[in-house]
Amino acid sequence: MSAIWIKNGRIIDPKTERDELGDLFIVDGKIAEKPSQDILDTAETIDAEGLVVAPGLVDLHVHFRVPGQKHKETIQSGTAAAAAGGFTSVVCMPNTSPSVDNTGTVQLIKDIVDKEAVVNVFPTGTITMGRQGEALAPTGSLSRSGIVAITDGGKCVQNAGLMRRAVQYAHMFGIPVIDHCQDYQLSGDGVMNEGFVSTKLGLKGIHKGAEDIIVARDIVLSTHTKAHIHLQHISSKLAVEIIRRAKSRGINITAEATPHHIDLTDSEIESFNTNFKMNPPLREEEDRLALIEALEDGTIDCIATGHAPHTDYEKDVEFDYAPFGVIGLETALSVTLGQFYHSKRLSLAKALSFLTYKPSEILHLNKGTLGVGADGDVILFDPDETWTPKFRGFFSKSSNSPWLDRELKGKVKKTIVSGKLVFDGSEILANG
Amino acid sequence: MPWNRKDLISIEQLSAEEINTIFETADAFKKVLGRKTAKTPALRGKNVVNLFFENSTRTRVAFEMAAKRLSADVTSLDMKTSSTAKGETLRDTVENIRALQADIIIIRHSAPGSAGYIAKILDIPVLNAGDGAHEHPTQALLDCFTLREKWGSLKGRKVAILGDILYSRVARSNIWAMQKLGAEVTLVGPSTLVPKQFEKLGVKVSHELKPALADKDAVMLLRIQHERQNASAFPSLNEYKSMFGLNADRFSWLKKDAIIMHPGPINRGVEIDSDLADCSQSVILEQVTNGLAVRMAALYLCNGGSAEAAIA
Ligand SMILES: [Zn+2]
Ligand SMILES: [Zn+2]
Repeated sequence: MSAIWIKNGRIIDPKTERDELGDLFIVDGKIAEKPSQDILDTAETIDAEGLVVAPGLVDLHVHFRVPGQKHKETIQSGTAAAAAGGFTSVVCMPNTSPSVDNTGTVQLIKDIVDKEAVVNVFPTGTITMGRQGEALAPTGSLSRSGIVAITDGGKCVQNAGLMRRAVQYAHMFGIPVIDHCQDYQLSGDGVMNEGFVSTKLGLKGIHKGAEDIIVARDIVLSTHTKAHIHLQHISSKLAVEIIRRAKSRGINITAEATPHHIDLTDSEIESFNTNFKMNPPLREEEDRLALIEALEDGTIDCIATGHAPHTDYEKDVEFDYAPFGVIGLETALSVTLGQFYHSKRLSLAKALSFLTYKPSEILHLNKGTLGVGADGDVILFDPDETWTPKFRGFFSKSSNSPWLDRELKGKVKKTIVSGKLVFDGSEILANG
Repeated sequence: MPWNRKDLISIEQLSAEEINTIFETADAFKKVLGRKTAKTPALRGKNVVNLFFENSTRTRVAFEMAAKRLSADVTSLDMKTSSTAKGETLRDTVENIRALQADIIIIRHSAPGSAGYIAKILDIPVLNAGDGAHEHPTQALLDCFTLREKWGSLKGRKVAILGDILYSRVARSNIWAMQKLGAEVTLVGPSTLVPKQFEKLGVKVSHELKPALADKDAVMLLRIQHERQNASAFPSLNEYKSMFGLNADRFSWLKKDAIIMHPGPINRGVEIDSDLADCSQSVILEQVTNGLAVRMAALYLCNGGSAEAAIA
């Protein structure tokens, strides 16, 4: 019998609305009631004085680049970044090389996860073969091999008829469909938000309507099929309004927002810094505020990072030619705390709900809570400690963060996965 | 006022004083151009490299001739088939050129921000000869220099810029330059090429030709590039011409002594009737000559020269 006794922390479990000073026990990898004295006598103790003790964070949207692009990230470096950022469960996108459109690749990823991962990794499969948007991938077989959802990760099926069949078919297996909402005719070859800043800089714009139209389409498809569609990285105010109306009608959709879309706007691009190039692009202040409001009222369910590592030499080019995407695992907690807790908009527990049980429930991961019997995935963090992300200072292989050299508040001190300490505040300790 | 910049990347960054410093220097060089031996030794021994990732005979030749008038050695590289096609990054390309002892780089590139990007990489002067739809600073400087010659000052003057504003670096640089020099700018053209967003830069936006031209002291025409990205921005060149083309009738809506400008190359019969392009109120060829003096000034100042010493 192995036990961990976390003493004197501020224990916050957003799901059970627990927020109190006290102790937390993990016995044999699960959250437990206070165990007997002889177990306590041999328990490993952790002093949590002055720290918050919370469920390990859950991220529904990461890119780990395995198989195929290990120079950007591996399962090992990606999960190390997750652990350092307080994430104990991550859902990885299938836009690998080859893409996850067959059970062999699912098995390959699971084998690597078994060997290298320090946090829980849940793979997804593709909607279409090769993410080409032309023929359906074998959703049933993929589901049987253990994927938690299907998505064309970073791509959007343009053919509405095909998408209808995809969600209808996936619904039969109880598998949610995750969508990167973007109409390609409207987004064109844009590289940033279409608006005043793009007009001023002469950069090609990605019109917000590109997102709004597919969000509306997916809502229509969900209405008719009853299938669950999860909408990734919502960035536009109108999309928020469309989702809000759909939810009030009880449509089976969920949505996420990223830390960068709630923290930053397209004005950052005036410097042509490619670490602000992502897709969907950073929008305008009214969109950013709409996302914050949408998280507060539940229109948007959770925060997901979209962690998209690229090498520095890939980003060190003209803005037009840089790849889209930024990393986010190691900064998400601080950014979320900044926008919702330090800004005094929400309680700490409510802010943490966006990163814990809410994302977990969307994909039925059974994570993100400290309820007795739950998996012993726990983090300890100091919500007030300041730190500054530095180039080459990440556990991720990549440094393409928009928060480089910007002071953030909130630092993870310990990360425990299934009752095992994997991050001690400065180092990754173990293979989970 | 001294010039303290290593580079000339955008008009947005410049103050009115800096623009006037360039003009004063260009005044001096224009006098040099009028001499019998129209050459100065200001850049003797310097290697000026013209790095053109996009076709532009006009701008490239103008920079070449300006550099030669300053006694520099000039190398012009047409990069269309070079580095990028080979998969080399822009950083690698310019670092190599720097290693070959380049002293000044002039760059034309299709990507907005690219000139500023290499200016940060290199320790030598970088002059932007057009970065995508972002800026074309020397064009705006020569345009305003030409107007200043005609009017003495741009202060209180009203200028209309007519045509494809959305994709035009010339328009963007002129919007900055003209406003900094005290002129009022109105953008005219179809809504798809002249979005209202521009109003946030302090200009007026109009989709109606007559009221937009009514009280203007000058009209600057921009080339309509229907073959390029504008393919679906308006129905046809004929439609454009019938709605926005400048003809004698429409020219009469401007002030009587209004000036016609065009950065070239002109689509005769599309954005402007041929006769008008050649009429006495057109300064199109003077713009070209002034481009030489202005580019000499820009090269000279970025190389560390001072306005006072230019007259040598
Ligand atoms: Zn995406
Ligand atoms: Zn993504």
